[in-house]
Amino acid sequence: MTPSLTLLALLVLTTAAFWIGRSRSLATVGGPRGVRDLHSLPGHYGMLTALWCAAPALLVAAVWWIFQDQLLIGLVTSHLPADQQALPIGEFNLLVNDLRNVVAGNTLAAEVPAATAAAAAEYLDLQRIARVALTLLVLSLGIIATVVVRSRINPEMRARNSVEKAVRAILFICSLIAVLTTLGILLSVLTEAVRFFAKVPVTEFLFSTSWSPQMAIRADQVGAEGSFGAIPLFVGTLLISLIAMLIAVPIGLMSAIYLAEYASRRLRKIVKPLLEVLAGVPTVVYGFFAATTLGPALRGLGERFGLEVASESALNAGLVMGVMIIPFVSSLADDMITAVPQSLRDGAYALGATRSETIKQVVLRAALPGIVGGVLLAVSRAIGETMIVVMAAGLAANLTANPLEAVTTVTVQIVTLLVGDQEFDSPKTLAAFALGLVLFVVTLALNAIALFVVRKYREQYE
Amino acid sequence: MNSVAKRTSKDTQLLVARSLRRRYRSEWIFRALGIVAVSLGVLAVFGLFGKIFVDGASVFRQSYLTLEVYYDPEIIDPDGGRSPEVLASADYQALIRASLREKFPDVDGRQNLRELYQLISSGSFLSLQRAVVANPRLIGTRTQLTMPADDAVDMFIKGQVDRDAPEAERRLSDQQVAWIDRLSSAGSLKTRFNREFLSNGDSRDPEQAGVRGALVGSMLTLGLTLLLSFPIGVAAAIYLEEFSRRNRLTDLIEININNLAAVPSIVFGLLGLAVFIGLFGMPRSAPLVGALVLSLLTLPTVIIASRSALKAVPPSIREAALGMGASQVQTVMHHVLPLALPGMLTGAIIGMARALGESAPLLMIGMVAFIVDVPKGLTDAATVLPVQVFLWSDLPERAFVARTSGAIIVLLVFLVVMNATAVYLRNRFEKRW
Repeated sequence: MTPSLTLLALLVLTTAAFWIGRSRSLATVGGPRGVRDLHSLPGHYGMLTALWCAAPALLVAAVWWIFQDQLLIGLVTSHLPADQQALPIGEFNLLVNDLRNVVAGNTLAAEVPAATAAAAAEYLDLQRIARVALTLLVLSLGIIATVVVRSRINPEMRARNSVEKAVRAILFICSLIAVLTTLGILLSVLTEAVRFFAKVPVTEFLFSTSWSPQMAIRADQVGAEGSFGAIPLFVGTLLISLIAMLIAVPIGLMSAIYLAEYASRRLRKIVKPLLEVLAGVPTVVYGFFAATTLGPALRGLGERFGLEVASESALNAGLVMGVMIIPFVSSLADDMITAVPQSLRDGAYALGATRSETIKQVVLRAALPGIVGGVLLAVSRAIGETMIVVMAAGLAANLTANPLEAVTTVTVQIVTLLVGDQEFDSPKTLAAFALGLVLFVVTLALNAIALFVVRKYREQYE
Repeated sequence: MNSVAKRTSKDTQLLVARSLRRRYRSEWIFRALGIVAVSLGVLAVFGLFGKIFVDGASVFRQSYLTLEVYYDPEIIDPDGGRSPEVLASADYQALIRASLREKFPDVDGRQNLRELYQLISSGSFLSLQRAVVANPRLIGTRTQLTMPADDAVDMFIKGQVDRDAPEAERRLSDQQVAWIDRLSSAGSLKTRFNREFLSNGDSRDPEQAGVRGALVGSMLTLGLTLLLSFPIGVAAAIYLEEFSRRNRLTDLIEININNLAAVPSIVFGLLGLAVFIGLFGMPRSAPLVGALVLSLLTLPTVIIASRSALKAVPPSIREAALGMGASQVQTVMHHVLPLALPGMLTGAIIGMARALGESAPLLMIGMVAFIVDVPKGLTDAATVLPVQVFLWSDLPERAFVARTSGAIIVLLVFLVVMNATAVYLRNRFEKRW
């Protein structure tokens, strides 16, 4: 009984419950002819029965599935030999990891110690029992609810009101998911970050200039203590974002101005979607382009002028990221420019201003708050962009402002720290969450400022 | 008085005439800057796509070597038991080697033979193995078999390797080049459509590597993402647009949705890692977790698009329904929702297109492993197309550059199809009141 089979069975039962409720309601008034004696439509009675059949059962199943794994792991590990239970927490976690791998079929049982293999077998056994038990529980809950609701159906029952109340509640819960997501992000990132700061002081993280997160995993291993000063990452991120904005803002803004104010309708109709294509291209494609085409090209160009350009230079990543952001800036600026009413332009023309003077002194000034907001949003996007920098920027932390050298960024470090096997407790893993917290807070702040600027300074033309 | 006025107006005219030239020049410069900006943008589009298509087009053709293979019973199953284990673990490489030796009887010596064996893809024996396991009666027969050539041979045939370069700078030796020429003129080495690229999973050999696994992974992930985020997003939009009263809670929800739309995708990956994998103990690398993360990621897009679709339905529809005695829920479900659905679907497809290109959060939850098998279910280890691009772009073999571009082309084709569907839906069903 896999979970999907359980769900399928419940679905069939729910459909049956709908028809049972519906036909019962008709039966209470003596068939379809008496339908006007019912308080609600027959379908409402069916829906009510189906809801009572499905909702409690689903709730039980969801809670069960969330806790099943933890429970089973706890049960299984408590049967392990005593010496293995007394292992230090790090090694114990590795053991649990092995166990999970065997259970998932990624590792053969023969490749792990016998005790682990036995535990895995016990896990699978218990899992099978749990699944059958859950299926039985869910189905019997559904059947009981259906029977109870069916016995209570009578013509005076306000089925429509109950169903509509339930519909509203479901809609409301769905809209709460956005809040829950934010909460989930904040809590998960924050708790791990707090654990990190218990091991590495906040001040060291924020103000120290050396970043080398490679730590010895076992106590007897040779290896330096890692150092977690994130300043080089922040500087690298800012450097690449700055280069990106130096590309994206002038090109995006000028092309928006040209397309909105000068270009013929036909040209605009062709070029605007063409530029927006750039926004739809997956970022791995940009990263690939930067790593295989632009990087070597920049290097060759640098050699011709006697400059040493690293093949993973900040310039390379920044240029490509700038291209990615062009459509973002240009479409936002375009919206802002076209929102400026024609009467303002006509007024400027009537005073003898040329087109460019009108744009520079009237249109852009009126559109400025929106454009500033858009640029801030673009900056937050540049800071959070991951794939381009993972593929085109460096890995080693390097505190420099020289765009020709390789730098690393916050997002690159999160990826390198978390990709591959990892322990949940080492400062190395936790550092990624601390960086994620910084990223989340900074982008949130930038968005808030952008929203504030737009709201506060926007001109209303009505 | 009169003369003074005359003189000043003349001065003014002169002043204006002089400044006009300057002003017209700056007008011209401004306009030229605009044209430069637009052409730079367009150039970027063509540069990017041109480069990808030029590099990637060659992947869809591949060189194949046709050999006569003798399924030698002495090598496959000397005992004659025909048990599946023996058949599966036999040395099929030796069969291919034997048929190569047959083709070139004049080659001998360890070194030369090894060079000869290098011509054919080292993974070719797998197709022999599959054929024999499926049909043991093949043993003892002779058949013409077509197998992919090695990537070095393939690149040579496609002209990506310079024939006149010194031997040390090529991956092929002079005698290998001579063999290739002999095979080509004999008609045994041919180029045709590369079916393996679309039907194979990942592989370490460029000529055997395909996008099928990643494609199936992408479809599983996206399918579940759509199933989760579309109903939830539509429900949330209906609540916010049709039922909610303005209060602190709904304000909070709205601010949240707008903020989530701007949170970097990698942060969603952190959430997935900490909550779905760390807390709930879901399997790593699984499309299930990927879909959960991508649903949360696309939810704001779906909600925002659905809300604007609901806003576009005129109030008169609602008033008419309410006037006929429908309840509010009935009004929304029977009248407003069907009219808004095409707009919502368009928004959902655009959200899905974004999810299809997303890779950063999937790196966090481990969908980045080297996976040969095509995933069969939501909890199998899998990868997706953009992550496959990322994985291949990291590999040192030059033949993988073309593979990567080929995978990007497949990805872009899917994106174009999805966006075109969205545009078609919008044009076909959009109503204007």
